[in-house]
Amino acid sequence: MSSHNESIIREPLITGNNITYAQITEDILRPVEKLPGRAWWIGFSVASMGATLWLFAVSYTFWYGIGSWGLNKTVGWAWDITGFVWWVGIGHAGTLISAILLLFRQKWRNSINRSAEAMTIFAVICAASYIVAHMGRPWMAVYSLPLPNQYGSLWVNFNSPLIWDVFAISTYFTVSLVFWYTGLLPDIATIRDRATGLRRKIYSFMSFGWTGSVKTWQRFETVSLILAGISTPLVLSVHSIVSMDFATSLEPGWHTTIFPPYFVAGAIFSGFAMVQTLLLIARKVLGLENYITMFHIEAMNKIIILTGSIVMVAYCTEFFIAYYSQVEYEQYAFINRYFGPYWWASWSMFCCNCIIPQVLWFKKVRTSIAATWFLSIIINIGMWFERFVIIVTSLHRDFLPSSWAMFYPTWIDVSVFVGSIGVFFTLFLLFLRVLPSIAIAEVKLLLKGSSEQEKKKILQSGHIDATQGAFYKDALTKFDAIDIAEYEKV
Amino acid sequence: MSSTKFILGLFEDPDEMMDGITALQQNSVPIYDVYTPMPIHGIEAKLGIKDSRLGYAAFMFGCLGGTVIFSIIYFAMVHDWPMNIGGKPAFAVPDFIPITFEWTVLYTALGTVATFFFATHLFPGRTPRVMDYRATNDRFVIAIDVKKNNIPHEDINNLLKEAGAVEVKHNDRKYVSYE
Repeated sequence: MSSHNESIIREPLITGNNITYAQITEDILRPVEKLPGRAWWIGFSVASMGATLWLFAVSYTFWYGIGSWGLNKTVGWAWDITGFVWWVGIGHAGTLISAILLLFRQKWRNSINRSAEAMTIFAVICAASYIVAHMGRPWMAVYSLPLPNQYGSLWVNFNSPLIWDVFAISTYFTVSLVFWYTGLLPDIATIRDRATGLRRKIYSFMSFGWTGSVKTWQRFETVSLILAGISTPLVLSVHSIVSMDFATSLEPGWHTTIFPPYFVAGAIFSGFAMVQTLLLIARKVLGLENYITMFHIEAMNKIIILTGSIVMVAYCTEFFIAYYSQVEYEQYAFINRYFGPYWWASWSMFCCNCIIPQVLWFKKVRTSIAATWFLSIIINIGMWFERFVIIVTSLHRDFLPSSWAMFYPTWIDVSVFVGSIGVFFTLFLLFLRVLPSIAIAEVKLLLKGSSEQEKKKILQSGHIDATQGAFYKDALTKFDAIDIAEYEKV
Repeated sequence: MSSTKFILGLFEDPDEMMDGITALQQNSVPIYDVYTPMPIHGIEAKLGIKDSRLGYAAFMFGCLGGTVIFSIIYFAMVHDWPMNIGGKPAFAVPDFIPITFEWTVLYTALGTVATFFFATHLFPGRTPRVMDYRATNDRFVIAIDVKKNNIPHEDINNLLKEAGAVEVKHNDRKYVSYE
């Protein structure tokens, strides 16, 4: 039942006084039902300018070919695959929050899963756009599918990790979209039942006729659990397969067995950084401080420090194994990576991903919004550099010194990347306008039990261990949305 | 005879609604359905609703997906056009595992969701069979089909009110109109 009292020492997941079910609906739907404010319009204008730049740069690429990028015969993959892996990695946090945390019954996921899943979908769209763009002749994309054709049929090579990737990314996108939309149905129904006129018609169409009857909810929860159960291995497989694009080659610096777990940890690391980047602003602008609380921010920071440290161990392991393997090509690749012409990129990566995030061990930093946001940007930059470093430093000096070269991006390279960020934010801002950014039904589940007001009642009743009460009050001091003075008397 | 078809008990608290269900059941009032803005745990057992069988569907769709793609790969790589890659066997099962896994997941997801939509009659544009607009917002609604029994309406009213219903509606229409 929904009403058992939760232990007092658990921090509240919904803060604020006099929160009712109606209040939750009201708060979360405000950005959807009211006209957007100035902050939204400024963000949307900037983002759509970025999206326009992307459209231009990708069109230019298609028109003039891949020659408009800075690639050469030595470095045949650079910003495109860097951007692709970066975006796919960012997407992983959404699935982690929606699937893995559901399996672990982490209730704090309820208020961040919706926007994180939306982020996943938009990030995978950006990643997929890179795949198509880097083909140069995008209409040839059809040859990555095993379709009967007039050459034999000549089939795709199912032994190739590049084909595994086609299947992995397309499956990942489809499953994420289905999971997200199924979860949206009850909330779209909520908008439908409050709207009038054309809006009601549109949301009614989109709600699939949701009623919220007992059997519907029962099946809904079963479906959520099944989708979470299959998305968990899926998300791990997707970035493992992305890493195999590199790991199954014979390229020094790529040809390592550590790649799959190392890429997955890096993906979750960068994904949570992006969730922080987005949600810290969204909670402020949309006034959702009571639902996305300091507890959520700190919990995500803890995941960031964990996965970031895994990434650091992976960097060191790679370096050590290069030495230990006695393979001179491997050794050269790593010496060149950190002390060759791209030393600045490698050390940016190491500082941004490994050294700077270590400040998150301090609670003051973990619970500071400004510091968290700053660190999330640093990590996003660091993880972009990680992919750049892995891809370009391994390629630019290969086995044949006569073909050694440097990679210099053209303005089209830069525009495609900057533009893809514009596409991402355009989609995300539109999402905030038309769909609830927090899963309303799931947050309502938390109201009785995990909310601050319920816990305050328990405190006031006085039937709790005094040390536990003191512990709880101490934990509340970090919340920015709680006025701790209210607890003086309690 | 009154024209009331359905009596709706509207609660603002899920626990009071559960009390309402208990009270109705103790007085042998059959419950048509319950509409809530969020899932209520334990309600299925109380109303005697059987477990969902979607898990079986998921399993079978998963088996189907894995079999389909493995067959396609086998046909393409082993039967139709085997390639000599360094003299290694064409039937390279470990290489086939990642894609077989992906399609197992893909079919499970699409199949389970499709089964859910089919069984629950959810599809784009379906007219919502909703009895009260606030059942998706902040009201927990117990619906009683009064044409199916002869219990005096007043008794049902009182039972619902005593359990804590904030409002009891006597509706002549089954569903609210979206026109």
